[in-house]
Amino acid sequence: MSAFVAFDHVSLAYDDSGNAIEDIDLDIHEGEFVAFVGPSGCGKSTFMKLCTGLHAPTAGSIKVDGVAVTEPLKISGMAFQNANLLPWRTTLDNVLLPLEIVKPYRHQFRKRRKEFEGWARDLLKTVGLADYEDQYPWQLSGGMQQRASICRALIHQPRLLMLDEPFGALDAFTREELWCVLRDLWEAQRFTVVLVTHDLREAAFLADTVYVMSSRPGRVVERREIDLPRPRALDITYDKPFIDLVHELRAQIGEIRST
Amino acid sequence: MNVKRQTTERLAPWIAVVVLTLIWELTVRLFDVPSFIFPSAWETATALVTYAGPIGMHSWQTLWTTLVGFALGVAVGLGLGFIVGSSRFLYNACYPLLVGFNAIPKVAFVPILVVWFGIGSVPAILTAFLICFFPIVVNVATGLATLEPEMEDVLRVLGAKRMDVLLKIGLPRSLPYFFASLKVAITLAFVGTVVSETVASNQGIGYLMMSAGSQMRMGLVFAGLIVISAMAMVMYELFALLEKRMTAWAHRGQNR
Ligand SMILES: Nc1ncnc2c1ncn2[C@@H]1O[C@H](COP(=O)(O)OP(=O)(O)OP(=O)(O)O)[C@@H](O)[C@H]1O
Ligand SMILES: [Mg+2]
Repeated sequence: MSAFVAFDHVSLAYDDSGNAIEDIDLDIHEGEFVAFVGPSGCGKSTFMKLCTGLHAPTAGSIKVDGVAVTEPLKISGMAFQNANLLPWRTTLDNVLLPLEIVKPYRHQFRKRRKEFEGWARDLLKTVGLADYEDQYPWQLSGGMQQRASICRALIHQPRLLMLDEPFGALDAFTREELWCVLRDLWEAQRFTVVLVTHDLREAAFLADTVYVMSSRPGRVVERREIDLPRPRALDITYDKPFIDLVHELRAQIGEIRST
Repeated sequence: MNVKRQTTERLAPWIAVVVLTLIWELTVRLFDVPSFIFPSAWETATALVTYAGPIGMHSWQTLWTTLVGFALGVAVGLGLGFIVGSSRFLYNACYPLLVGFNAIPKVAFVPILVVWFGIGSVPAILTAFLICFFPIVVNVATGLATLEPEMEDVLRVLGAKRMDVLLKIGLPRSLPYFFASLKVAITLAFVGTVVSETVASNQGIGYLMMSAGSQMRMGLVFAGLIVISAMAMVMYELFALLEKRMTAWAHRGQNR
Protein backbone atom coordinates (compact mmCIF):
# COMPACT_ATOMS: atom_id res chain seq x y z
CA MET A 1 0.00 0.00 0.00
CA SER A 2 1.52 3.31 -1.03
CA ALA A 3 1.44 6.32 1.22
CA PHE A 4 -1.47 8.76 1.12
CA VAL A 5 0.50 11.55 2.74
CA ALA A 6 4.27 11.41 2.19
CA PHE A 7 6.73 13.81 3.83
CA ASP A 8 10.19 13.58 2.30
CA HIS A 9 12.80 15.23 4.53
CA VAL A 10 10.73 18.38 5.02
CA SER A 11 11.97 21.48 6.84
CA LEU A 12 10.41 24.88 7.24
CA ALA A 13 11.84 28.15 8.50
CA TYR A 14 9.35 31.00 8.89
CA ASP A 15 12.12 33.60 9.14
CA ASP A 16 15.82 33.89 9.98
CA SER A 17 15.30 32.53 13.47
CA GLY A 18 15.96 28.98 12.23
CA ASN A 19 13.83 25.97 11.39
CA ALA A 20 10.44 25.64 13.02
CA ILE A 21 10.23 22.09 11.73
CA GLU A 22 13.20 20.02 10.66
CA ASP A 23 13.74 16.96 8.56
CA ILE A 24 10.31 15.40 8.88
CA ASP A 25 10.19 12.13 7.01
CA LEU A 26 7.07 10.04 7.32
CA ASP A 27 4.27 8.25 5.52
CA ILE A 28 0.60 8.21 6.43
CA HIS A 29 -1.66 5.60 4.82
CA GLU A 30 -5.14 6.19 3.56
CA GLY A 31 -7.62 5.62 6.36
CA GLU A 32 -4.97 5.81 9.05
CA PHE A 33 -5.55 7.79 12.24
CA VAL A 34 -2.34 9.46 13.32
CA ALA A 35 -1.73 11.72 16.28
CA PHE A 36 1.08 14.19 16.89
CA VAL A 37 2.13 15.03 20.39
CA GLY A 38 4.92 17.28 21.56
CA PRO A 39 5.69 20.29 23.71
CA SER A 40 4.13 23.66 22.95
CA GLY A 41 5.82 25.58 20.16
CA CYS A 42 7.42 22.49 18.67
CA GLY A 43 5.82 22.94 15.27
CA LYS A 44 2.67 20.86 15.36
CA SER A 45 0.48 23.56 13.87
CA THR A 46 3.23 24.22 11.39
CA PHE A 47 3.11 20.57 10.36
CA MET A 48 -0.62 20.94 9.69
CA LYS A 49 -0.08 23.98 7.55
CA LEU A 50 2.54 22.18 5.51
CA CYS A 51 0.36 19.15 5.10
CA THR A 52 -2.63 21.11 3.81
CA GLY A 53 -0.46 23.28 1.59
CA LEU A 54 -1.15 26.53 3.45
CA HIS A 55 2.62 26.92 3.70
CA ALA A 56 5.33 25.70 1.38
CA PRO A 57 8.33 23.89 2.88
CA THR A 58 11.76 25.50 2.62
CA ALA A 59 13.37 22.08 2.06
CA GLY A 60 12.10 18.66 1.06
CA SER A 61 8.81 17.80 -0.57
CA ILE A 62 5.32 16.75 0.39
CA LYS A 63 2.99 14.52 -1.58
CA VAL A 64 -0.64 13.91 -0.87
CA ASP A 65 -2.46 11.21 -2.80
CA GLY A 66 0.57 10.91 -5.09
CA VAL A 67 0.55 14.57 -6.09
CA ALA A 68 3.11 17.13 -4.93
CA VAL A 69 1.53 19.76 -2.69
CA THR A 70 2.09 23.20 -4.18
CA GLU A 71 -1.14 24.96 -3.27
CA PRO A 72 -3.83 24.43 -0.62
CA LEU A 73 -5.39 20.99 -0.90
CA LYS A 74 -8.94 20.61 -2.02
CA ILE A 75 -9.65 17.28 -0.35
CA SER A 76 -9.03 18.24 3.23
CA GLY A 77 -11.17 19.42 6.07
CA MET A 78 -9.52 21.28 8.89
CA ALA A 79 -10.46 22.30 12.41
CA PHE A 80 -8.12 24.82 13.92
CA GLN A 81 -6.90 25.47 17.42
CA ASN A 82 -9.44 28.32 17.54
CA ALA A 83 -12.91 27.60 16.25
CA ASN A 84 -12.75 30.49 13.76
CA LEU A 85 -16.48 30.52 13.08
CA LEU A 86 -17.84 33.44 11.11
CA PRO A 87 -19.81 35.66 13.53
CA TRP A 88 -22.33 36.81 10.91
CA ARG A 89 -23.45 33.29 10.09
CA THR A 90 -25.63 31.03 12.21
CA THR A 91 -24.15 27.75 13.37
CA LEU A 92 -25.94 25.94 10.57
CA ASP A 93 -24.67 28.35 7.92
CA ASN A 94 -21.16 28.10 9.32
CA VAL A 95 -21.26 24.33 8.96
CA LEU A 96 -22.58 24.69 5.41
CA LEU A 97 -19.73 26.98 4.39
CA PRO A 98 -17.45 24.30 2.87
CA LEU A 99 -20.26 23.17 0.58
CA GLU A 100 -20.37 26.68 -0.88
CA ILE A 101 -16.69 26.42 -1.74
CA VAL A 102 -15.73 22.84 -2.50
CA LYS A 103 -16.34 21.30 -5.88
CA PRO A 104 -18.62 19.70 -6.93
CA TYR A 105 -20.99 20.92 -4.21
CA ARG A 106 -20.54 24.62 -4.87
CA HIS A 107 -22.31 24.42 -8.19
CA GLN A 108 -25.17 22.42 -6.73
CA PHE A 109 -25.51 24.49 -3.60
CA ARG A 110 -28.64 26.39 -4.55
CA LYS A 111 -30.46 23.42 -6.00
CA ARG A 112 -29.62 20.99 -3.21
CA ARG A 113 -29.63 23.40 -0.31
CA LYS A 114 -32.40 21.55 1.56
CA GLU A 115 -30.52 18.28 1.27
CA PHE A 116 -27.25 19.85 2.40
CA GLU A 117 -28.98 21.42 5.38
CA GLY A 118 -30.13 17.95 6.28
CA TRP A 119 -26.53 16.73 6.31
CA ALA A 120 -25.49 19.64 8.49
CA ARG A 121 -28.36 19.04 10.91
CA ASP A 122 -27.47 15.36 11.22
CA LEU A 123 -23.86 16.21 11.89
CA LEU A 124 -24.74 18.86 14.47
CA LYS A 125 -27.01 16.36 16.14
CA THR A 126 -24.20 13.82 16.54
CA VAL A 127 -22.09 16.39 18.39
CA GLY A 128 -25.01 17.49 20.55
CA LEU A 129 -25.75 20.84 18.95
CA ALA A 130 -29.19 20.03 17.57
CA ASP A 131 -30.86 22.91 19.41
CA TYR A 132 -28.26 25.49 18.49
CA GLU A 133 -28.45 25.45 14.70
CA ASP A 134 -29.93 28.92 14.43
CA GLN A 135 -27.81 30.54 17.11
CA TYR A 136 -24.86 32.69 16.23
CA PRO A 137 -21.38 31.50 17.21
CA TRP A 138 -21.00 34.20 19.85
CA GLN A 139 -24.07 32.82 21.57
CA LEU A 140 -22.35 29.44 22.00
CA SER A 141 -19.85 28.40 24.63
CA GLY A 142 -16.23 27.81 23.61
CA GLY A 143 -16.72 24.05 23.61
CA MET A 144 -19.86 24.30 21.50
CA GLN A 145 -18.04 26.51 19.01
CA GLN A 146 -15.29 23.93 18.77
CA ARG A 147 -17.84 21.20 18.07
CA ALA A 148 -19.43 23.27 15.34
CA SER A 149 -16.00 23.80 13.88
CA ILE A 150 -15.46 20.03 13.76
CA CYS A 151 -18.76 19.66 11.94
CA ARG A 152 -17.61 22.26 9.45
CA ALA A 153 -14.43 20.26 8.88
CA LEU A 154 -16.46 17.11 8.17
CA ILE A 155 -19.49 18.31 6.20
CA HIS A 156 -17.98 17.85 2.76
CA GLN A 157 -16.74 14.37 3.63
CA PRO A 158 -13.06 15.12 3.17
CA ARG A 159 -10.63 12.29 2.55
CA LEU A 160 -8.14 13.97 4.84
CA LEU A 161 -9.22 15.43 8.16
CA MET A 162 -6.79 17.71 9.97
CA LEU A 163 -7.54 18.48 13.61
CA ASP A 164 -5.35 20.93 15.48
CA GLU A 165 -5.99 20.50 19.18
CA PRO A 166 -9.72 20.55 18.60
CA PHE A 167 -10.56 19.51 22.15
CA GLY A 168 -7.92 21.60 23.91
CA ALA A 169 -10.35 24.15 25.31
CA LEU A 170 -12.92 21.67 26.57
CA ASP A 171 -13.61 20.22 29.99
CA ALA A 172 -12.65 16.61 30.59
CA PHE A 173 -16.16 15.20 30.26
CA THR A 174 -17.02 16.94 27.03
CA ARG A 175 -13.64 16.01 25.70
CA GLU A 176 -14.16 12.29 26.30
CA GLU A 177 -17.62 12.54 24.85
CA LEU A 178 -16.23 14.07 21.68
CA TRP A 179 -13.49 11.46 21.47
CA CYS A 180 -16.24 8.92 21.11
CA VAL A 181 -18.05 11.06 18.55
CA LEU A 182 -14.88 11.31 16.49
CA ARG A 183 -14.18 7.60 16.92
CA ASP A 184 -17.62 6.69 15.66
CA LEU A 185 -17.44 9.04 12.70
CA TRP A 186 -14.06 7.62 11.80
CA GLU A 187 -15.15 3.99 12.21
CA ALA A 188 -18.05 4.70 9.89
CA GLN A 189 -16.26 6.62 7.15
CA ARG A 190 -12.57 5.72 7.56
CA PHE A 191 -11.15 8.99 6.31
CA THR A 192 -7.52 9.74 7.08
CA VAL A 193 -7.07 11.77 10.25
CA VAL A 194 -4.13 13.82 11.45
CA LEU A 195 -4.76 14.91 15.01
CA VAL A 196 -2.54 17.29 16.94
CA THR A 197 -2.92 17.16 20.69
CA HIS A 198 -1.32 17.86 24.04
CA ASP A 199 -3.24 15.07 25.63
CA LEU A 200 -1.47 11.72 25.59
CA ARG A 201 -4.59 9.79 26.60
CA GLU A 202 -6.42 11.35 23.70
CA ALA A 203 -3.66 10.36 21.29
CA ALA A 204 -3.44 6.81 22.61
CA PHE A 205 -7.19 6.30 22.66
CA LEU A 206 -7.93 7.51 19.17
CA ALA A 207 -4.88 6.95 17.00
CA ASP A 208 -3.35 4.05 15.12
CA THR A 209 0.03 5.73 15.19
CA VAL A 210 1.39 8.37 17.55
CA TYR A 211 4.30 10.59 16.54
CA VAL A 212 6.24 12.33 19.26
CA MET A 213 7.94 15.56 18.32
CA SER A 214 10.91 17.24 19.92
CA SER A 215 10.91 20.86 21.03
CA ARG A 216 11.97 23.48 18.51
CA PRO A 217 13.23 22.77 15.91
CA GLY A 218 10.50 20.15 15.68
CA ARG A 219 11.66 16.68 14.68
CA VAL A 220 9.91 13.37 14.92
CA VAL A 221 11.72 11.55 17.70
CA GLU A 222 9.41 8.58 18.10
CA ARG A 223 6.83 6.70 16.08
CA ARG A 224 4.60 4.50 18.13
CA GLU A 225 1.95 2.12 16.81
CA ILE A 226 -0.99 1.68 19.11
CA ASP A 227 -2.22 -1.88 18.68
CA LEU A 228 -5.15 -1.75 21.04
CA PRO A 229 -8.06 -3.61 19.45
CA ARG A 230 -10.79 -1.65 17.72
CA PRO A 231 -13.46 -0.54 18.16
CA ARG A 232 -12.18 0.91 21.42
CA ALA A 233 -14.52 1.63 24.28
CA LEU A 234 -13.84 4.53 26.59
CA ASP A 235 -13.41 2.03 29.44
CA ILE A 236 -10.10 0.80 28.08
CA THR A 237 -8.54 4.10 29.07
CA TYR A 238 -8.79 2.89 32.66
CA ASP A 239 -7.19 -0.53 31.97
CA LYS A 240 -3.61 -1.40 32.66
CA PRO A 241 -2.24 -1.81 29.11
CA PHE A 242 -3.57 1.61 28.18
CA ILE A 243 -2.23 3.27 31.31
CA ASP A 244 1.20 1.69 30.80
CA LEU A 245 1.26 2.96 27.25
CA VAL A 246 0.43 6.50 28.30
CA HIS A 247 3.10 6.30 30.99
CA GLU A 248 5.73 5.33 28.46
CA LEU A 249 4.77 8.18 26.16
CA ARG A 250 4.80 10.52 29.11
CA ALA A 251 8.32 9.43 30.01
CA GLN A 252 9.48 10.10 26.48
CA ILE A 253 8.09 13.60 26.46
CA GLY A 254 9.74 14.18 29.82
CA GLU A 255 13.09 13.21 28.33
CA ILE A 256 12.63 15.62 25.44
CA ARG A 257 11.80 18.49 27.73
CA SER A 258 14.79 17.91 29.95
CA THR A 259 17.29 17.95 27.08
CA MET B 1 -36.78 51.97 37.06
CA ASN B 2 -35.33 50.57 33.87
CA VAL B 3 -38.25 51.74 31.76
CA LYS B 4 -37.95 55.16 33.30
CA ARG B 5 -34.27 55.36 32.46
CA GLN B 6 -35.01 54.30 28.91
CA THR B 7 -37.57 57.06 28.43
CA THR B 8 -35.23 59.70 29.86
CA GLU B 9 -32.52 58.41 27.55
CA ARG B 10 -34.86 58.76 24.59
CA LEU B 11 -35.98 62.20 25.65
CA ALA B 12 -32.46 63.46 26.34
CA PRO B 13 -31.72 64.85 22.84
CA TRP B 14 -35.08 66.69 22.77
CA ILE B 15 -34.46 68.19 26.16
CA ALA B 16 -31.06 69.38 24.93
CA VAL B 17 -32.71 71.05 21.91
CA VAL B 18 -35.26 72.83 24.07
CA VAL B 19 -32.62 74.04 26.53
CA LEU B 20 -30.38 75.28 23.76
CA THR B 21 -33.25 77.15 22.11
CA LEU B 22 -34.14 78.79 25.42
CA ILE B 23 -30.56 79.89 26.01
CA TRP B 24 -30.46 81.28 22.48
CA GLU B 25 -33.69 83.22 22.89
CA LEU B 26 -32.75 84.57 26.33
CA THR B 27 -29.24 85.62 25.34
CA VAL B 28 -30.46 87.55 22.31
CA ARG B 29 -33.14 89.33 24.39
CA LEU B 30 -30.89 89.97 27.36
CA PHE B 31 -28.13 91.62 25.34
CA ASP B 32 -30.58 93.16 22.91
CA VAL B 33 -28.71 91.89 19.85
CA PRO B 34 -30.04 93.48 16.66
CA SER B 35 -31.80 90.93 14.50
CA PHE B 36 -29.75 91.71 11.35
CA ILE B 37 -26.71 90.42 13.26
CA PHE B 38 -28.09 87.51 15.26
CA PRO B 39 -31.84 86.81 15.07
CA SER B 40 -33.58 85.30 18.06
CA ALA B 41 -34.99 81.80 18.08
CA TRP B 42 -38.47 83.26 17.80
CA GLU B 43 -37.60 85.32 14.71
CA THR B 44 -36.00 82.28 13.13
CA ALA B 45 -39.11 80.24 13.82
CA THR B 46 -41.27 82.98 12.34
CA ALA B 47 -39.14 83.04 9.23
CA LEU B 48 -39.44 79.25 8.98
CA VAL B 49 -43.22 79.50 8.97
CA THR B 50 -43.54 82.62 6.80
CA TYR B 51 -41.25 81.32 4.08
CA ALA B 52 -42.29 77.68 4.45
CA GLY B 53 -43.06 77.49 0.71
CA PRO B 54 -39.70 78.64 -0.69
CA ILE B 55 -37.79 76.89 2.10
CA GLY B 56 -39.56 73.64 1.28
CA MET B 57 -38.77 73.96 -2.41
CA HIS B 58 -35.10 74.77 -1.81
CA SER B 59 -34.74 72.03 0.82
CA TRP B 60 -36.13 69.52 -1.63
CA GLN B 61 -33.50 70.63 -4.15
CA THR B 62 -30.74 70.27 -1.57
CA LEU B 63 -32.06 66.92 -0.38
CA TRP B 64 -32.26 65.25 -3.76
CA THR B 65 -28.92 66.56 -5.02
CA THR B 66 -27.32 65.39 -1.78
CA LEU B 67 -28.90 61.96 -2.09
CA VAL B 68 -27.83 61.57 -5.71
CA GLY B 69 -24.28 62.63 -4.84
CA PHE B 70 -24.34 60.30 -1.87
CA ALA B 71 -25.59 57.39 -3.95
CA LEU B 72 -22.77 58.00 -6.41
CA GLY B 73 -20.36 58.16 -3.50
CA VAL B 74 -21.61 54.84 -2.11
CA ALA B 75 -21.34 53.10 -5.48
CA VAL B 76 -17.90 54.44 -6.29
CA GLY B 77 -16.70 54.15 -2.69
CA LEU B 78 -17.78 50.53 -2.43
CA GLY B 79 -16.25 49.63 -5.78
CA LEU B 80 -13.00 51.48 -5.23
CA GLY B 81 -12.77 50.25 -1.64
CA PHE B 82 -13.23 46.68 -2.80
CA ILE B 83 -10.55 47.02 -5.46
CA VAL B 84 -8.08 48.84 -3.22
CA GLY B 85 -8.68 46.52 -0.26
CA SER B 86 -8.52 43.31 -2.24
CA SER B 87 -4.81 43.42 -2.95
CA ARG B 88 -1.93 44.49 -0.78
CA PHE B 89 -0.18 46.04 -3.78
CA LEU B 90 -3.11 48.27 -4.71
CA TYR B 91 -3.66 49.16 -1.08
CA ASN B 92 -0.10 50.39 -0.74
CA ALA B 93 -0.18 52.08 -4.12
CA CYS B 94 -3.49 53.94 -3.80
CA TYR B 95 -3.72 54.83 -0.15
CA PRO B 96 -1.33 57.83 -0.21
CA LEU B 97 -3.07 59.13 -3.34
CA LEU B 98 -6.46 58.91 -1.68
CA VAL B 99 -5.22 60.70 1.41
CA GLY B 100 -3.71 63.43 -0.76
CA PHE B 101 -6.95 63.82 -2.67
CA ASN B 102 -8.93 63.99 0.52
CA ALA B 103 -6.75 66.81 1.82
CA ILE B 104 -7.83 69.13 -1.01
CA PRO B 105 -10.69 71.37 0.16
CA LYS B 106 -13.60 70.32 -2.00
CA VAL B 107 -14.81 73.88 -2.40
CA ALA B 108 -11.76 74.36 -4.63
CA PHE B 109 -13.36 71.99 -7.13
CA VAL B 110 -16.56 73.99 -7.46
CA PRO B 111 -15.21 76.62 -9.92
CA ILE B 112 -13.79 73.83 -12.07
CA LEU B 113 -17.10 71.99 -12.01
CA VAL B 114 -18.92 75.18 -12.96
CA VAL B 115 -16.65 75.60 -15.99
CA TRP B 116 -17.36 72.03 -17.03
CA PHE B 117 -21.04 71.71 -16.22
CA GLY B 118 -22.35 75.25 -15.73
CA ILE B 119 -24.33 76.57 -12.77
CA GLY B 120 -26.98 74.29 -11.24
CA SER B 121 -27.55 70.88 -9.79
CA VAL B 122 -24.64 69.04 -11.41
CA PRO B 123 -21.83 70.83 -9.52
CA ALA B 124 -23.75 70.34 -6.27
CA ILE B 125 -24.18 66.61 -6.90
CA LEU B 126 -20.53 66.20 -7.84
CA THR B 127 -19.26 68.17 -4.84
CA ALA B 128 -21.38 66.05 -2.53
CA PHE B 129 -20.00 62.96 -4.24
CA LEU B 130 -16.38 64.11 -4.06
CA ILE B 131 -16.57 64.91 -0.38
CA CYS B 132 -18.43 61.79 0.75
CA PHE B 133 -16.82 58.88 -1.08
CA PHE B 134 -13.52 59.03 0.77
CA PRO B 135 -14.63 57.70 4.17
CA ILE B 136 -16.47 54.89 2.39
CA VAL B 137 -13.41 53.86 0.37
CA VAL B 138 -11.16 53.96 3.42
CA ASN B 139 -13.52 51.96 5.59
CA VAL B 140 -14.28 49.27 3.03
CA ALA B 141 -10.61 48.97 2.02
CA THR B 142 -9.45 48.78 5.62
CA GLY B 143 -12.10 46.23 6.45
CA LEU B 144 -10.91 44.03 3.61
CA ALA B 145 -7.20 44.58 4.12
CA THR B 146 -7.25 43.73 7.82
CA LEU B 147 -8.80 40.31 7.31
CA GLU B 148 -7.50 37.84 9.91
CA PRO B 149 -5.25 35.22 8.29
CA GLU B 150 -6.88 32.53 10.41
CA MET B 151 -10.27 33.29 8.90
CA GLU B 152 -8.74 33.21 5.47
CA ASP B 153 -7.11 29.84 6.18
CA VAL B 154 -10.51 28.37 6.96
CA LEU B 155 -11.48 28.90 3.33
CA ARG B 156 -8.08 28.33 1.80
CA VAL B 157 -7.87 24.75 3.06
CA LEU B 158 -11.04 24.13 1.09
CA GLY B 159 -9.33 25.24 -2.08
CA ALA B 160 -11.07 28.63 -2.17
CA LYS B 161 -10.00 31.20 -4.74
CA ARG B 162 -9.05 34.72 -3.72
CA MET B 163 -12.47 35.90 -4.94
CA ASP B 164 -14.25 33.34 -2.73
CA VAL B 165 -12.33 34.61 0.28
CA LEU B 166 -13.22 38.21 -0.52
CA LEU B 167 -16.90 37.52 -1.08
CA LYS B 168 -17.52 35.02 1.72
CA ILE B 169 -15.37 36.59 4.43
CA GLY B 170 -13.88 39.91 3.38
CA LEU B 171 -17.09 41.63 2.34
CA PRO B 172 -19.35 40.53 5.19
CA ARG B 173 -16.57 41.32 7.63
CA SER B 174 -16.17 44.85 6.30
CA LEU B 175 -19.93 45.58 6.32
CA PRO B 176 -19.87 47.07 9.83
CA TYR B 177 -17.10 49.40 8.69
CA PHE B 178 -19.10 50.22 5.57
CA PHE B 179 -22.29 51.06 7.42
CA ALA B 180 -20.40 53.10 9.98
CA SER B 181 -18.88 55.12 7.14
CA LEU B 182 -22.32 55.76 5.61
CA LYS B 183 -23.30 57.80 8.65
CA VAL B 184 -20.25 59.99 8.26
CA ALA B 185 -20.62 60.18 4.50
CA ILE B 186 -24.23 61.36 4.47
CA THR B 187 -23.47 64.33 6.70
CA LEU B 188 -20.43 65.18 4.60
CA ALA B 189 -22.58 64.99 1.47
CA PHE B 190 -24.81 67.74 2.87
CA VAL B 191 -21.74 69.87 3.47
CA GLY B 192 -20.68 69.36 -0.16
CA THR B 193 -24.05 70.25 -1.62
CA VAL B 194 -24.56 73.37 0.46
CA VAL B 195 -21.03 74.64 -0.15
CA SER B 196 -21.53 74.24 -3.88
CA GLU B 197 -24.97 75.88 -3.79
CA THR B 198 -23.69 78.96 -2.03
CA VAL B 199 -21.24 79.63 -4.86
CA ALA B 200 -22.67 78.06 -7.94
CA SER B 201 -26.40 77.66 -8.00
CA ASN B 202 -29.67 79.50 -8.06
CA GLN B 203 -31.51 76.83 -6.16
CA GLY B 204 -31.09 74.98 -2.89
CA ILE B 205 -30.74 75.93 0.75
CA GLY B 206 -27.18 77.13 0.19
CA TYR B 207 -28.38 79.59 -2.44
CA LEU B 208 -31.34 80.64 -0.29
CA MET B 209 -29.06 81.47 2.63
CA MET B 210 -26.65 83.32 0.39
CA SER B 211 -29.29 85.54 -1.15
CA ALA B 212 -31.14 86.09 2.13
CA GLY B 213 -27.84 87.05 3.73
CA SER B 214 -27.12 89.64 1.07
CA GLN B 215 -30.51 91.23 1.88
CA MET B 216 -29.75 91.16 5.62
CA ARG B 217 -32.71 88.85 6.26
CA MET B 218 -30.87 86.94 8.95
CA GLY B 219 -33.98 85.18 10.25
CA LEU B 220 -34.26 83.39 6.94
CA VAL B 221 -30.53 82.56 6.90
CA PHE B 222 -30.81 80.92 10.28
CA ALA B 223 -33.94 79.11 9.22
CA GLY B 224 -31.85 77.65 6.40
CA LEU B 225 -29.21 76.50 8.85
CA ILE B 226 -31.82 74.79 10.99
CA VAL B 227 -33.33 73.01 8.00
CA ILE B 228 -29.96 71.70 6.84
CA SER B 229 -29.01 70.32 10.21
CA ALA B 230 -32.45 68.80 10.65
CA MET B 231 -32.17 67.01 7.30
CA ALA B 232 -28.65 65.79 8.12
CA MET B 233 -29.75 64.54 11.52
CA VAL B 234 -32.69 62.62 10.11
CA MET B 235 -30.51 60.98 7.46
CA TYR B 236 -27.86 60.16 10.04
CA GLU B 237 -30.40 58.47 12.28
CA LEU B 238 -31.76 56.58 9.30
CA PHE B 239 -28.35 55.16 8.49
CA ALA B 240 -27.60 54.47 12.13
CA LEU B 241 -30.78 52.42 12.20
CA LEU B 242 -29.81 50.63 9.01
CA GLU B 243 -26.39 49.90 10.46
CA LYS B 244 -27.90 48.30 13.54
CA ARG B 245 -30.24 46.23 11.42
CA MET B 246 -27.63 44.96 8.99
CA THR B 247 -24.74 44.27 11.33
CA ALA B 248 -26.31 43.13 14.57
CA TRP B 249 -23.60 40.51 14.90
CA ALA B 250 -20.93 43.18 15.21
CA HIS B 251 -22.74 44.82 18.15
CA ARG B 252 -23.22 41.52 19.95
CA GLY B 253 -23.73 41.59 23.66
CA GLN B 254 -24.61 45.28 23.71
CA ASN B 255 -28.32 44.54 23.84
CA ARG B 256 -29.21 47.30 21.40
N1 LIG C 1 3.56 32.78 11.12
C1 LIG C 1 4.70 32.57 11.82
N2 LIG C 1 5.77 33.37 11.63
C2 LIG C 1 6.93 33.16 12.33
N3 LIG C 1 7.11 32.17 13.21
C3 LIG C 1 6.10 31.33 13.44
C4 LIG C 1 4.83 31.49 12.76
N4 LIG C 1 4.00 30.52 13.18
C5 LIG C 1 4.69 29.80 14.08
N5 LIG C 1 5.95 30.26 14.24
C6 LIG C 1 6.99 29.70 15.11
O1 LIG C 1 7.17 28.35 14.76
C7 LIG C 1 7.28 27.54 15.93
C8 LIG C 1 6.25 26.42 15.88
O2 LIG C 1 4.97 26.99 15.99
P1 LIG C 1 3.64 26.11 15.96
O3 LIG C 1 2.49 27.04 15.97
O4 LIG C 1 3.73 25.16 14.83
O5 LIG C 1 3.76 25.35 17.36
P2 LIG C 1 2.76 24.28 17.97
O6 LIG C 1 3.50 23.01 18.12
O7 LIG C 1 1.50 24.22 17.21
O8 LIG C 1 2.51 24.88 19.42
P3 LIG C 1 1.18 24.78 20.32
O9 LIG C 1 1.13 23.39 20.84
O10 LIG C 1 1.42 25.77 21.41
O11 LIG C 1 0.03 25.14 19.45
C9 LIG C 1 7.12 28.45 17.11
O12 LIG C 1 8.40 28.67 17.67
C10 LIG C 1 6.58 29.73 16.57
O13 LIG C 1 7.15 30.83 17.23
MG1 LIG D 1 -0.47 24.86 17.55
